Amino acid sequence: MLRAAPWLMFGLLIMPVLAGLTAIVLPAFGYLPALQQTEPGLMVWRELLNTPGIGRSAALSLSAGLLTPLLSLLLVMLFLASTSGTRWAHAMRRLVAPLLAVPHAAAAFGLAFLIAPSGFALRLLSPELTGWQRPPDLLILNDPLGLAMMLGLVLKEIPFLLLMALAALPQLNPDQRVTMARTLGYRPILAWLWTVAPALYPLLRLPLFAVIAFASATVDVALILGPTLPPPLSVRIIGWFSDPDLNRRLLASAAALLQLAITLSAIGLWIVAEKMIARLYRKLLLGGIRLSGHALLNVAGKSLMVITLGALLLSLLLLVIHAFAGPWRFPANLPGSWTSQHWLSVGSVLLAPLSNTLLLGLMSTVLAVLLVVAALEHESRQGKATTRLLWAIYIPLLVPQVAFLYGLTLLLEQLRWQPGLLLVGFAHSLFVVPYVYLSLAEPYRRLDPRWQQLSATLGASPNRTWWQIKLPMLMAPIATACAVGLAVSIGQYLATLLTGAGRVSTLTTEAVALASGGTRSTIAVWALLQSAVPMLGFVLAITLPRFWWRNRRDMRGQLT
Amino acid sequence: MNASRLTLKNIDIRLHGQILLELDTHVEPGAPLTVMGPSGVGKSSLLAYIAGFLSPDFQASGEIYLGERCLNGLPAEQRKVGLLFQDPLLFPHLSVAQNLMFALPSRAPDRARLVEQALQAVGLEKFGHRDPATLSGGQKARVALQRLLLSQPKAVLLDEPFSRLDAHLRQEIRQHVFQTLRDAGLPTILVTHDAQDAAASGGPVIELK
Repeated sequence: MLRAAPWLMFGLLIMPVLAGLTAIVLPAFGYLPALQQTEPGLMVWRELLNTPGIGRSAALSLSAGLLTPLLSLLLVMLFLASTSGTRWAHAMRRLVAPLLAVPHAAAAFGLAFLIAPSGFALRLLSPELTGWQRPPDLLILNDPLGLAMMLGLVLKEIPFLLLMALAALPQLNPDQRVTMARTLGYRPILAWLWTVAPALYPLLRLPLFAVIAFASATVDVALILGPTLPPPLSVRIIGWFSDPDLNRRLLASAAALLQLAITLSAIGLWIVAEKMIARLYRKLLLGGIRLSGHALLNVAGKSLMVITLGALLLSLLLLVIHAFAGPWRFPANLPGSWTSQHWLSVGSVLLAPLSNTLLLGLMSTVLAVLLVVAALEHESRQGKATTRLLWAIYIPLLVPQVAFLYGLTLLLEQLRWQPGLLLVGFAHSLFVVPYVYLSLAEPYRRLDPRWQQLSATLGASPNRTWWQIKLPMLMAPIATACAVGLAVSIGQYLATLLTGAGRVSTLTTEAVALASGGTRSTIAVWALLQSAVPMLGFVLAITLPRFWWRNRRDMRGQLT
Repeated sequence: MNASRLTLKNIDIRLHGQILLELDTHVEPGAPLTVMGPSGVGKSSLLAYIAGFLSPDFQASGEIYLGERCLNGLPAEQRKVGLLFQDPLLFPHLSVAQNLMFALPSRAPDRARLVEQALQAVGLEKFGHRDPATLSGGQKARVALQRLLLSQPKAVLLDEPFSRLDAHLRQEIRQHVFQTLRDAGLPTILVTHDAQDAAASGGPVIELK
């Protein structure tokens, strides 16, 4: 049973991706018997290439896919370099996990409230500095270059990369490396950049590729902050897919293949750039630069991170303010009055989306935790680590969601599967499993193997050892992994929309649907609800084990 | 207690094809065998091989007999070989008494009384409900030994169990452990790089290089 777990897990992760990608190939070349399209050819591609603005859409997707990870990586590296060995890093680790729990859509809405022409930032400056008595006619949100969209993505990807980096750093002994370089006369930040960064980067590569795949094919953030004329390619695919004219699905299939090509080229370009930057880096490193630019790097590293995370926190605060705001005229800094009216109006329609959200989260998280724990326990009983499987775990995160999920939906329609909670739950677990694995693998492997050996010499079978020794000792990391799984499931927009055929409504689909036409206060209420559930999960995951082990001192240090 | 000797027949442990250790000997109850040598010569691998959890990275051969019973091929939990590690390793999520209860075979009658007696034997009868983290180093070492005895082993392996103790405790705990194991009549192998451990054991010594 345990032996099957790794295979079951990889099957679950890889088969749907392969099936989904295969399912879009034939329709992209004009073959979709269900729609009486049986003459293969290149007409679909001709039509796609003649679609107005298609080049611009593709360029938007590609540039978002490259600039988002680049900016996020630079900020994270600079921050880590300027705070290595200080208390900052520790404080940041506490802040990052709850920020990671905020769904993409909620963060994007909050950011919109902050930077929109009638948003909080300009209200603070007006009318004193700008003289504006009315919101200026500026295209800040949905700007044609997609800058707001990329900013929204960067805000969410930075906590992710930071968490990955903070988890990877201890194994590199950064303090020792920095001290060594400092004794050779390098200032601390350069010492970090020259000795720690090159070792850290390889450990961030897979997460970075996941960021590329997500940013180049995002739908929910693009719907909220992205350009509209034309939107990025991923949004157009969804538009064609939901078009009443079913023949548009051929077009959507070709566009999904194009999306795959764009994401893969972004990853390819990144790899080429890696090689060039590595060469340049080596040259600088061997050039022996020790002192220059230290103050600038120090200020930039800390302040940029404070600004980014501050913007994210402020965005969340704005969601709270808007959710209780009465009439709020521009340029007043705060609403004139407060009301709970928005909550009452949402309350009546809340039940179905909320219960769907919780059911889906529960289903996919339980499935994921069972699979991941079984796979890790199998590995631990074998006594050998199997790290080469990491790539397989990442597959659903490296292939653009919109491409394979769309294909999967086409396939399921042809098989006449009834869309419903069960199917959507399976789709969620495609993304929940990898994150649960990433969260749990490290603490599971780090558990001192002597506990298991000791238990065996005392006569306990492997199963008894697992139930009575390992499970309780790993309770805190397993609880955290559950919270991560829940948060990932709640954040899923595309998987819910496509495999649920638009009929399964969750907090996230409701919130994103309001992007066009919802009032700010209603949006704020939904976005807050959408953030509150995963936050609550993290609070429980941290406090419950602490409470449970309140009389066991050595169990309290292990909360990761 | 029925005591039977521990026989090690043509033990040969290799890592990446390189021989770490060769051993052919037997251990009588009451005469602990001390295996000495610097770190990295495979002392701990020898104990792991006997106890049954040598990592598959090693290649090992040779037969292990406990009395007439061949241990090769048995999983660790069926070998009835107890092990004391460098650290006492009291399970941090269980109370002191629960640690002892965990070791007790399930068929043992009147489990609570046995645990109580085991604590009494080392003067810790008031400590059953305590969090092991609140015990002193010496108390932890005693509980670890009582836990091992409650699991009713037929042989005992000691992996430098005194090396982490403070100097003033080391002598006392060492005496206590050897005396207890001698009284129990258990064949014992001690792995150490401390010559005083070897002297205190009062049994044969093998030096590895």
